[in-house]
Amino acid sequence: MSGAFTKSMARNIFYGGTVFFFLLFLALSYDTHTQLPKRDMRANITPQIAEGKKLWEVNNCIGCHTLLGEGAYFAPELGNVIVRYGEEGTKAFIQARPKDGIPGRRSMPQFNFTDEQLNAIVAFLKHVNSINTNNWPPNSQG
Amino acid sequence: MQYKSQAVAKPYFIAAIGLFVGQILFGLILGLQYVLGDFLFPAIPFNVARMVHTNLLIVWLLFGFMGGAYYMIPEESETELFSPKLALILFWTFLVAGALTIVGYLAVPYATLAEMTGNNLLETMGREFLEQPLPTKLGIVVVVLGFLFNLTMTMLKGKKTAISMVLMIGLWGLAVFFLFSFYNPVNVVLDKFFWWWTVHLWVEGVWELILGSFLAFVLIKTTGVDREVIEKWLYVIVTLTLITGIIGTGHHYFWIGTPEYWQWWGSIFSALEPIPFFAMTVFAFNMVNRRRREHPNKAAVLWALGTGVMAFLGAGVWGFLHTLAPVNYYTHGTQITAAHGHMAFYGAYVMVVLMMISYAMPILRGRAANSNKSQVLEMWAFWLMTIAMTFITLFLTAAGILQVWLQRVSDTPLPFMVAQEKIALFYWMREWAGVAFLIGLVIYILSFFVGGDEKEAA
Repeated sequence: MSGAFTKSMARNIFYGGTVFFFLLFLALSYDTHTQLPKRDMRANITPQIAEGKKLWEVNNCIGCHTLLGEGAYFAPELGNVIVRYGEEGTKAFIQARPKDGIPGRRSMPQFNFTDEQLNAIVAFLKHVNSINTNNWPPNSQG
Repeated sequence: MQYKSQAVAKPYFIAAIGLFVGQILFGLILGLQYVLGDFLFPAIPFNVARMVHTNLLIVWLLFGFMGGAYYMIPEESETELFSPKLALILFWTFLVAGALTIVGYLAVPYATLAEMTGNNLLETMGREFLEQPLPTKLGIVVVVLGFLFNLTMTMLKGKKTAISMVLMIGLWGLAVFFLFSFYNPVNVVLDKFFWWWTVHLWVEGVWELILGSFLAFVLIKTTGVDREVIEKWLYVIVTLTLITGIIGTGHHYFWIGTPEYWQWWGSIFSALEPIPFFAMTVFAFNMVNRRRREHPNKAAVLWALGTGVMAFLGAGVWGFLHTLAPVNYYTHGTQITAAHGHMAFYGAYVMVVLMMISYAMPILRGRAANSNKSQVLEMWAFWLMTIAMTFITLFLTAAGILQVWLQRVSDTPLPFMVAQEKIALFYWMREWAGVAFLIGLVIYILSFFVGGDEKEAA
């Protein structure tokens, strides 16, 4: 770097550039928030879906699965699990997990959910599946 | 050392290394669970081991950042630390809180932990990397604010250099963006949107300022190159980091319900994110080549060069590999992401903390540098860990490419678990590379206990 470009010029570009791009980011985020209601289906969120999200969180489902591609990569994507298994199939799968796992295979814990809790989880997953994700995932396998 | 209060950094460094060992052991458990699915089930299910693995990483890096800052700020400010006592109190607070959190993860089911720790008061748990119970999250805020108060007061009474300003902006940013971990709306799209304000703006934003600042500090000390030159470079690097990285957040907004235009913003700006890392590599090599002195601590210089190169490869190149929206459509949430995550964290943050420890620890132990024997061992550890991590990344990348092909691209897409079984060979190879990493880590720790008594001339 030549002598004409001084440290104080570099510093000013740093502060100016950071502030500019942070403000641009805030502007884009603001615009996103005006568009989100049409995409995130928030009008459909019921107390049951909220309960499903809570169950999703307090059982740390994200520790093995992905949801819209985010999470751990140990177990299948669940944003579209309703497409793969259907509502009843999803519930049956969760209910049927053996307590001590399946020998030699990756196993999902048995969470002993009540019917009400299972319905809430499925309602939440169904809601996630309704979000406009720009056609992701590429196919039903997630 | 120049200021005796810098000594508070020592327990932070020791704790960091201890937790690092825990992180790697749990990494090996996870790697084994990838191929022997029922390993330790149901005692330690995968999700629990993963939480321990990632949370230990975050916590030990924070210990490293804090130790590094406590070492650096007094020297840069040319004054004693405002309150060494506060630094030690916060150290024990953080260590005990961290240990209790890990015990909590392992001892009781996560849902029970959530119930016990007041998640019902404010639901923040169960989101990736932010799994900590509410009291732990609040504890992190208290510890970080106390830490920032201590350093800010130190700086206010002393000299304010560019290096310490950049560090403090990075650390304050770390604190501010962590606050988004308390925001967890019922709307999952909004939840994910702001979750990234903690996660992305940490690792691809403000943490890079901490990285750049530490690197600049060690380069000044070990090369003797003029501060004006190094600080100018630092400003250029952190400028490039933030002007690419802030809008680069958009590469997480492709498929989570956010508008299509993020595919453009995210792709373009995150395609530029390798540039600051490349600049960091050039910076490190350039300064070392122009060195005006031969510092006896060769190991620290090696870590400094290594962090530049590996951060560029891991964060820069491996990030670029899957950051363009049309590519990411197929790779999103696969082993490609895991490959990138491993090398990026190792190259950028693990190595820079180890560089700081490598430089500061001998001085904290009363010598300019470790004995030749100890440094040789440390360099062996450097190469073993770095090569092992390179192979972990390559094997995960191979697994990821196959996974994407089998599960998403092929005309007859396979179910997730069927595809996983077909790529198990690569998971086995990754596990062996992980074992090599652990051996490197053991050698690294041994280097602290070898030939420490024979002092090198400064």
